[in-house]
Amino acid sequence: MTDTYAPAVASGGGAEPAVRRDGRYDEEVIKYFTIASMFWGIAGFTVGLLLALQLAFPAFNIEPFLNFGRLRPLHTSAVIFAFGGNVLFATSYHVVQRTCHTRLFSTKLAWFHFWGYQAFILMAGLGYLFGVTQGKEYAEPEWYADLWLTIVWVVYFINFLMTLTMRKEKHIYVANWFFLSFIVTIAILHIVNGLALPVSLVSVKSYSLFSGVQSALIEWWYGHNAVGFFLTAGFLGMMYYYVPKQAGRPVYSYRLSIIHFWSLIFIYIWAGPHHLLYTSLPDWAQTLGMTFSIMLWMPSWGGMINGMMTLSGAWHKLRDDPILQFMIIALSFYGMSTFEGPLMSIKTVNSLSHYTNWTIGHVHSGALGWVAYISFGAIYYLIPHLWKKAGMFSTKLISLHLWISTVGIVVYITSMWVAGIMQGLMWRAYDKMGFLTYSFVEVVQAMHPYYVIRAIGGALFLIGALIMVYNIWRTIELPDATPANAADPALVAAQ
Amino acid sequence: MLENHKKLERNSILLLIFAVIAVSIGGIVEIVPLFRLQTTIEPVKGLRPLTPLELAGENIYIREGCNVCHSQQIRPLRDEVQRYGHYSLAAESMYDHPFVWGSERTGPDLARVGGKYSNSWHVEHLSSPRSVVPESIMPNYDFLSRTFVKTYELRDHLRTLKTLGVPYTQEDVDNAEVDAITQTMPDEDASGLQKRYGAKVVPQAFGGTPGTPTEMDALIAYLQQLGTQVDFTSYDPDYELHAAAPTAGGKK
Repeated sequence: MTDTYAPAVASGGGAEPAVRRDGRYDEEVIKYFTIASMFWGIAGFTVGLLLALQLAFPAFNIEPFLNFGRLRPLHTSAVIFAFGGNVLFATSYHVVQRTCHTRLFSTKLAWFHFWGYQAFILMAGLGYLFGVTQGKEYAEPEWYADLWLTIVWVVYFINFLMTLTMRKEKHIYVANWFFLSFIVTIAILHIVNGLALPVSLVSVKSYSLFSGVQSALIEWWYGHNAVGFFLTAGFLGMMYYYVPKQAGRPVYSYRLSIIHFWSLIFIYIWAGPHHLLYTSLPDWAQTLGMTFSIMLWMPSWGGMINGMMTLSGAWHKLRDDPILQFMIIALSFYGMSTFEGPLMSIKTVNSLSHYTNWTIGHVHSGALGWVAYISFGAIYYLIPHLWKKAGMFSTKLISLHLWISTVGIVVYITSMWVAGIMQGLMWRAYDKMGFLTYSFVEVVQAMHPYYVIRAIGGALFLIGALIMVYNIWRTIELPDATPANAADPALVAAQ
Repeated sequence: MLENHKKLERNSILLLIFAVIAVSIGGIVEIVPLFRLQTTIEPVKGLRPLTPLELAGENIYIREGCNVCHSQQIRPLRDEVQRYGHYSLAAESMYDHPFVWGSERTGPDLARVGGKYSNSWHVEHLSSPRSVVPESIMPNYDFLSRTFVKTYELRDHLRTLKTLGVPYTQEDVDNAEVDAITQTMPDEDASGLQKRYGAKVVPQAFGGTPGTPTEMDALIAYLQQLGTQVDFTSYDPDYELHAAAPTAGGKK
């Protein structure tokens, strides 16, 4: 057995691109998911920038609909579930067809999934502006939107699983293991955490089945694994297809894929209590959560190493391929934030970092650096592929996007590190007489310059994404590729 | 072992089943024991469910996303206890469906804010935070004093919570609307309200017109009771040790 592992498409041989143009694969719905992801992405980044400005200059709050408290879930839901979700659906439907050599199980179900999910986003988002929320972070939608999402998600699950069972390949490619575990785990988390009793059938308000300390742990079991399975496992699935494709190299290690897949999904689930260190959650649960969070470092880096080392023998491609640069920077940020996460889960570190802007910085190094960058890489790969163009309209603009937004991310996370650590230290500072040195509002005041710098970082990231939208639009407007230049170079190289 | 993995790679249903098992273990081990209440939630005296007006206030707190910036969870660390008061107990949020502990302190912790400021300070601060704290970055919530609480809905809210295990009696549910209105009328007979929720619940003008509770009144009523219920003079942090001791002594 060799220790390398190529995407299963490779065995399709040279004849495959010709068959594909006969409409062998379902691609129309993938185009819709891709465009939707960019639309919601821009919306989510813009709301994020507005929130950053509100913290720096409270005059940006417009009561009641555009106050910080109502907009914050709009931002998190838009970027995680609307932007991230649509990218995951586009890529998982694309990857599962390619690696299984089959069409989707049902095109109709895929379309229901598309429109049903956009309807869910609207239901949830409009709800937040009107104050309809369960108040649980990343699980804010009320009971009616939750029920609707459950239906849509089950349809997605059936469509994906049935496509897998219809595959023409003997083996299920590693990307699909990640996608499958992401889909089924999110279903379990969503259903359990969402259990609630509506006040009445005509009321939008419901009360969670769980209260106090139990609801806290169930919420963070959900919340942390929304990170673990939505934002990690799903996007690792994406990484396992598009990085080898773009690099034209097989995945570095098959054994490492197996080991890090199973350890990642097993360990992630335990890590939730690290959001509740030093709270009224019983100590035994806190200690378990901390221990597993530290262990999680290893499988996370397994994924990073497997992705990065895929470039072995092809490092020269990194020099002038900005799409590959996006993917490798994504893996670097993934490695960095999955090191930072276990560090912050250590109780003594957490006593300083919890409740501060350090957490915000950590989240964004994962969200902007890892999730958004691997998505941008995959979308830049997908756009010419789906619209049958020779390539993106402008490679220079991809490069410009890359550098503007990378500077933006670095400005964002460094300002939040400084702000967060300073905040934590000021809160616990004592003077010589044994009194607390700073009043709370003095610490708020000290945050101001960092909030301004953070907003600048966010603005740079948004500008980069707008450049991407322009580039995508111009690419779609390009004349169709001729059959000669339509041959997929990555596909050939993957053999 | 890796050869055996090929079986999973060739069978999507088998792969699915193994993945579900792998992701279920951690959740079950951590969550199920928490429902053994006697070890999770400490015994305390003085706790009561929220009055209907305070409940309306908590729902406004959640609706406006106050918990996005304000925590309600004081950790047992020296500076926090000194700044905010006694560390939070699990019992103090046992009637919150769901918890509102928060995860950020963009603004200060509110777990024990009850009684620290006057009602009129709260009205002023919520309407225009920078008029009382110039450095504040909190949004204005002026509209709350112009919006009335839908008191007629509160009965359904209490009934729902009663179904979920909050110890409201049928009498509490039936009187939800009356109790909410009474709590804003300092000059009326409050014996019914106090019989149901305790003598510490004193009807008062929270800022609006007595008898027509606004959302501002409800939110302030909620804030003013935060962290004030538990009787800390009778709270024993080592209750588990002390509960075990007599049994050991009894055997001698």
